[in-house]
Amino acid sequence: MKRGLWRDAFRELAADRAAMTGVAVLAVLLLAAFAGPALLDYREDEIDWSSIAVAPFAADGHWLGTDRLGRDLLVRTLFGLRVSLAIALAATLVSLVIGVAWGATAGYLRGRTDALMMRFVDVLYALPQVFFVIILTVVFGRGPLTLLVAIGAFGWLTMARIVRGQALSLREREFVEAAIVGGSRTPRIVLRHIIPNLLGPVIVYATLLVPQVILVESFLSFLGIGIQEPLASLGNLIADGAAEMETAPWMLAVPAGCLVLLVFAFNFLGDGLRDALDPRDR
Amino acid sequence: MNLLELRGVSVRYRQPGARELAAVDGVDVAIAEDEMLGLVGESGCGKTTLGRAILRLVPLAAGQVLWRGRRIDALAARDFRPLRRELQCVFQDPHACLDPRMTIAESVAEPLRALARGTTAAARNERALLRLEEVGLAGDLAGRYPHQLSGGQLQRAVIARALIVDPRFVVCDEPVSALDVSVQGQIVSLLERIRMERRLASLFISHNLAVVARLCERVMVMYRGRIVETGTRREIVQVPLHPYTRELLDAVPGIDAGARDRLLLRAAQARPAAVVAAPEVGCSFAARCPHVLPRCRAERPPLRAMASGRSVACHRADEWPAGLPTAAVT
Amino acid sequence: MALLEIRALTVDFAATPPVRAVDGVDLSVAERESVAIVGESGSGKSQLLLACTGLLAANGRATGSVRFDGAELLGPGDRAAGVRGRGIGFVFQDASGSLTPHRRIGDQLAEVACAVRGLATDAARAEARRLLDCVQLADADRRLRQYPHELSGGMRQRVALALAARPRLLFADEPTTALDVTVQAEILALLARVCREFGMALLLVTHDLGVVAALADRIAVMSTGRLVETAAAADFLNGPRHPYSAGLLAAVPTLAGVR
Repeated sequence: MKRGLWRDAFRELAADRAAMTGVAVLAVLLLAAFAGPALLDYREDEIDWSSIAVAPFAADGHWLGTDRLGRDLLVRTLFGLRVSLAIALAATLVSLVIGVAWGATAGYLRGRTDALMMRFVDVLYALPQVFFVIILTVVFGRGPLTLLVAIGAFGWLTMARIVRGQALSLREREFVEAAIVGGSRTPRIVLRHIIPNLLGPVIVYATLLVPQVILVESFLSFLGIGIQEPLASLGNLIADGAAEMETAPWMLAVPAGCLVLLVFAFNFLGDGLRDALDPRDR
Repeated sequence: MNLLELRGVSVRYRQPGARELAAVDGVDVAIAEDEMLGLVGESGCGKTTLGRAILRLVPLAAGQVLWRGRRIDALAARDFRPLRRELQCVFQDPHACLDPRMTIAESVAEPLRALARGTTAAARNERALLRLEEVGLAGDLAGRYPHQLSGGQLQRAVIARALIVDPRFVVCDEPVSALDVSVQGQIVSLLERIRMERRLASLFISHNLAVVARLCERVMVMYRGRIVETGTRREIVQVPLHPYTRELLDAVPGIDAGARDRLLLRAAQARPAAVVAAPEVGCSFAARCPHVLPRCRAERPPLRAMASGRSVACHRADEWPAGLPTAAVT
Repeated sequence: MALLEIRALTVDFAATPPVRAVDGVDLSVAERESVAIVGESGSGKSQLLLACTGLLAANGRATGSVRFDGAELLGPGDRAAGVRGRGIGFVFQDASGSLTPHRRIGDQLAEVACAVRGLATDAARAEARRLLDCVQLADADRRLRQYPHELSGGMRQRVALALAARPRLLFADEPTTALDVTVQAEILALLARVCREFGMALLLVTHDLGVVAALADRIAVMSTGRLVETAAAADFLNGPRHPYSAGLLAAVPTLAGVR
């Protein structure tokens, strides 16, 4: 039964050139990140002693050059992209589930429950995230999983606030009252009326959250408390590149360019989705 | 025994930084089996709130609601739910009261899902199509979404949803005021037909006395949270006793060639009405009333029964037993 | 020559499929005359009004000719900009739409007086006050200091009329639809009086024949983009010729025959 609206939304999205460019770029990046390294001649931690810190196209097989340990930059960037994307997508999914459930419940129930739930969010907001991540890494050790937990623990806060605001205004809409008069119970109203109607802004926010998480991950890795060598992520690649900026600018340019491309693609997709998902616009 | 009875019902809204506002203030209503009772008043007079109070969409501050003689206002939510099979509602804005992400058929069938447990999806859908047919909506519209339908079509769907559980009583909250005049007529006729066929009891809320008078044998006039006059439609229209009822009657637009001259004449006589907060004492209509006496400002007129069985809340009602004449000089 | 001359006006919207909202409409409004365009939602009556003033949505295109006081308003560029708010004023269905929510009523009225008439600040303030008196808004001094949300719908509609500031031609799009019946009657009376007193012409769009009876000299019935009947309002109300018009007239709820 839901096919009609989604099909319309897809048709609208398909007509949006900027959004489709974003989708195409994302598809290429995803494919490259997950299939690319296997097709190339080098592994991400393989050291080529004959070509250390060579510029792009200067040495055989190293299309985008190598870093100062002689590791192929293209492979490492694709590998870093894979790690960053995986963490970002997983953290966004976690935020999505917790944030939507938390926010929709608080916004629908209103009153004291709402106040309690949102004060909890405020308290978490007030914690300094970097400090929290450092504690986590001390307790659980550094690694992708710790990073995921750390980012996920904060990512849902904004989502919950957005969703609560939407739910509060949806709560006042007449179709919710109509559902109450129709005898529907609270869980059903939240699931069938509130959540589907706030999915539009939520999906948009999610597409904007993915690049945000990638930036946070990059930032933490840049500081040295995120993904650790020899594992690559866009963040620690940029950190390494930044150190060699004056002598070997490509070491910064390649992962940074990749990050910029990724963030732009997600933002374009998010904008297109926002326009496409509103059934009243048509 | 009355089907539905309200005794001294009050609803108050808390306003930020101000005293509580009594949207409905001690209202008594009795509706018999298969009676359609009209409730008229301007926006903000509390008529919509009264309807919402019956449906438990707002809490009562005081008073009782009785369904077939049994108190239902104090029931727990769980015990009230079965009553929703009998008490339904047609809302004012058909564009707002259907979920934009549900098809018409899904929306219409939804109350069945909650109130007639154990029915299969196919059975629910079949019943929804049946009701849509009853209100004159073609079956191919059932799979559409609200934004694809016109206001009149949507309001038919809303009526179908109210009827799907075969209720005994329906609150019709301004069901035609959001629609084009030509469509209004169709929806009013539809409501009239359904009421006849189903012998349905109803509270019909509107700001337009002409619409109410067409549908309802008995009419109540509400002003600032209180009932100021009740009577048969003939009494209300031809022998209005309360000055506010007179004002409502004069406001119904005429569509003859002389309407404009009457309007201009009235405009020349009228003074701009000052808006004042409802007074703590005295008649709440006193500030607007052309027949006001000092007593009206000091003492609140109670709703009292007149000889003919109707009631009116005006100190001077006995002075014009033949009804108030229209303000406009013709 | 008429004050407003509409010739073969057609409005198309680029969509899939394309929509023709107005289809070859001819209509004129004389000086001091009030003309009502009547039709249901979707008949194209509002688009006609918007097209005349260059306010169509981005995907809309108007062809034909609209002359105000002899000057063509259609065509490349926004030629209508010069007459909006000067020769032609507007009142819409939802008055809150034409008032800025976060500015005081007095400031908004004074701003228009400054921009349109080139008045100095003090003179503009006095003009604002005078305009509110013209539309019979009680407590004018207090209203000037209030914000739009503090006024009722009827009061906002009065302010919107004051904001239109005595143009030669007033466009009114469903000016009373959003209001209560009692308030509707007040606003209709006000519009009728203001048009007469200031010698304004009125082009009115409505689905409500009660509004027509109250305001119009002449009526044009519109259905699916075309005019189906034009007549003097009195003749029309006594007996419309087109069956569609007769249907519209029969649909108006009245108190006649209540027993």
